[in-house]
Amino acid sequence: METILGIVISGLMIGGLYALIAMGLSLQYGVARVLNVSHGEFIMLGALTTWTLYTVFGLNPLLALAVCGPIAFALGYVLHRTVYRRIWASSPSPGVFESNSLLASFGLLFIIQNLALFGWGPEIRGYTYLAFPVELAGVSFGANRLLTLGLALLVGVTFYAFLSRTRIGKAIRASAQDSTAAALMGVNINSVLALCFGLGAGLAAIAGMLISMCYPVHAVMGIPYTIIAMIVVVLGGLGSIPGSFLGGFVLGLIGSVVTYIEPALTLIAYYLIFALLLLVRPSGIMGR
Amino acid sequence: MSLLNVEGISKHFGGLAAVSRVDLQVSEGEVVGLIGPNGAGKTTLFNLLSGALKPNAGSIRFRGEDITGLKPHQICRKGLARTFQSVKVFGAMPASQNVLAGAIFGNPSQTSLKQAGEEVARQLEFVGLTAQADVPARDLTLANQKRLEMARALATKPALLLVDELMAGLNPTEVAQAMELVAEVRKRGTTVFIIEHVMKAIMNICDRIIVLHHGEKLAEGTPQEIATSRTVVEVYLGE
Amino acid sequence: MRTGSLSWNQLRTPAVWGVLLVAAVTLTLYASTYSVILITNILLYVILTVSWVLFSAPTGYISLATAAFFGVGIYTSAILGDQLPLPLVILTAAVASFGLAAIVGALTLRLKGVYFCFFTFGLVELIKHVLLWYEVSVTGLRGRFVVSADHITVYYIILAILAVLLLTSYLIRRSRVGLALRSIGESEEAAAHAGINVSAVKTMVFALSAVFVAAAGAAMARRWGYVDPYIAFDYLYSFTAVAMAVFGGVSRFAGPIVGAVAFAYLRELLITRFPYIYMLVMGLVLVVTILFLPQGLIELATKAPWRRLRGPREPA
Repeated sequence: METILGIVISGLMIGGLYALIAMGLSLQYGVARVLNVSHGEFIMLGALTTWTLYTVFGLNPLLALAVCGPIAFALGYVLHRTVYRRIWASSPSPGVFESNSLLASFGLLFIIQNLALFGWGPEIRGYTYLAFPVELAGVSFGANRLLTLGLALLVGVTFYAFLSRTRIGKAIRASAQDSTAAALMGVNINSVLALCFGLGAGLAAIAGMLISMCYPVHAVMGIPYTIIAMIVVVLGGLGSIPGSFLGGFVLGLIGSVVTYIEPALTLIAYYLIFALLLLVRPSGIMGR
Repeated sequence: MSLLNVEGISKHFGGLAAVSRVDLQVSEGEVVGLIGPNGAGKTTLFNLLSGALKPNAGSIRFRGEDITGLKPHQICRKGLARTFQSVKVFGAMPASQNVLAGAIFGNPSQTSLKQAGEEVARQLEFVGLTAQADVPARDLTLANQKRLEMARALATKPALLLVDELMAGLNPTEVAQAMELVAEVRKRGTTVFIIEHVMKAIMNICDRIIVLHHGEKLAEGTPQEIATSRTVVEVYLGE
Repeated sequence: MRTGSLSWNQLRTPAVWGVLLVAAVTLTLYASTYSVILITNILLYVILTVSWVLFSAPTGYISLATAAFFGVGIYTSAILGDQLPLPLVILTAAVASFGLAAIVGALTLRLKGVYFCFFTFGLVELIKHVLLWYEVSVTGLRGRFVVSADHITVYYIILAILAVLLLTSYLIRRSRVGLALRSIGESEEAAAHAGINVSAVKTMVFALSAVFVAAAGAAMARRWGYVDPYIAFDYLYSFTAVAMAVFGGVSRFAGPIVGAVAFAYLRELLITRFPYIYMLVMGLVLVVTILFLPQGLIELATKAPWRRLRGPREPA
């Protein structure tokens, strides 16, 4: 029984992280139509920045959240307004835009990753924060992991509320459905697209910060997370942000079970699910 | 002889029924028109016939063979070709290559490149584009692009040609030319099933007209019957 | 158009290729060992780039899996060691990657291009994980030593692979397959309705493109001595192929070759002393190219671009 509870809580925690990174990618692809393969690099930046702030400046990781998130958001926003907006302007069709922005993102991946390698080196880093055990229903968990779960849920739910309750959130959802119509309805589409891209980057950085609390981090940690985000986005349904949220927890739980049996098989299991989805239901859980 | 037999064909998207239990029939040598207000499901019906969409229910028989659920390239090779409402030419390729694609891939009888080339020349001449053979398709006028699409479709040697809004965006002279083209196509032995909004054209070239409304077949008959049908007039005037 | 006698323009291209061919075949007679190895690497990058262009350029489906097929080639070579003669090893690698690519293609190419991009992106990491798990749990050893071959043998094998690839690429462009590919790239729906079996064409050409990459990997592995999953499956190869192709320009036959040669040379200059800078520069070049010169370098030279890189497509 304890094992099952342990697996479930672990799964929820991983799922929370997955949900955040998937929502970020979903915002960038679903709304801004950018296939951002450099998504994981923003996660990595969040993680390594938090590490630096903690080990060098002694800054509490939770406070680092307030630093990383906004900075990443700003970075993403600026990137969109400079790079992707220009690509959009020079693309004769949405199809060309998608492929050119994918290529540009691929370039960004290498730029960011190598800047990080330059700055932080390739070594694996880690820190301990709140690593003491906490008893929950007879099972002991690291406090940092519980905190991660809690924060992931908090951020996720807050973001979800933001999307459904606020005016900007509604503008985002409208743009995701049909950007032309949204623009005709008076939505400042360029701002919304840049906003979404920035939010996506911000979510990634926050997830990175949370990851750094529990796991070791290094400059090349980004790509596996990008892949997981992609799989979750497909699982939840391309273009559905609630789907990404839900899909993250589903995959996290599955991952937790697989990790319990054989950790090295986790990504392989995810890919099998990916392949199965493509065969049977590419539109995912909440696909449209 | 019945070329196309459609029974109970339906297609819905989510909760919306785009096409609802339509039965129809097209005989060899006919020119059949398909009309209806915007959103009536006409192009969706064509998409179902050409294999671009899979129906949720019903069956389609072409030349006696069940083609329901086949892929577009398979249906094309069986002799059912189509043009598109929004012209889909291969823009960067010259006109001759556009038609060549149809001649090579759409025609199931063995064609050597030489024979295909001759077919291309024939079809370009038929639609009047011989002079534009080397012009990239995207540099052609809209009217010429539509002719090119027609040539490409005809190069696949279809028994039945679905024409989706040939006249849209054409001026009166071009409309008249298009009408002549359709008549010629029929004369050369291809049955035509045509979606059109330009009433004059439909009434003049069709032997029979089918009216769709909200995805259902509303009426069917000769142009005369349709023009005087109260239900049809109401639908068009009421919209 | 042209009458009777050959014009200078028509002569120029076969003559140029003829000269290059002769120079390449006789290279080992007059060049130093260092030069041969350098040129082998440059030719390798040309193979990666042209293979990528073979499928992704006309159809617009961006494959990020080059590194995966390259790694398959490397590991096939490492595993089979000297159990088989090198030509058979290369053949095995080719067949294995063809099969892998065919499966990936069958799975993803009937759907929107996004799925293809996602799946091929993660493929590199996936195979890496499979091999890592296998090595840890089954063989217990990380990595393998590779039977080595001398640089001259490897040079000629790479040259041969490249020659076959260039010939294949050329023939495809001028054949029905090329026509089908370009039609698919222009409008998948129209192509399907013109009688083209879009999924089959895409899958077959994608699988074909993987063959050359894997064969090259199998040959190159013989120069490396030791490989492990991290060395063999490196995203840099996917990235390099893409960056070189885009930089050079995909609309003309020579574009990817120009891009590959330029980059491969740059790599040789920077790789030992400034490895991170080199990759950073490549990333910058790719982004700058997309932003300001999306047709690639070759557009400047020819000013008559014919095709563009198309985007991920709706299914037919």
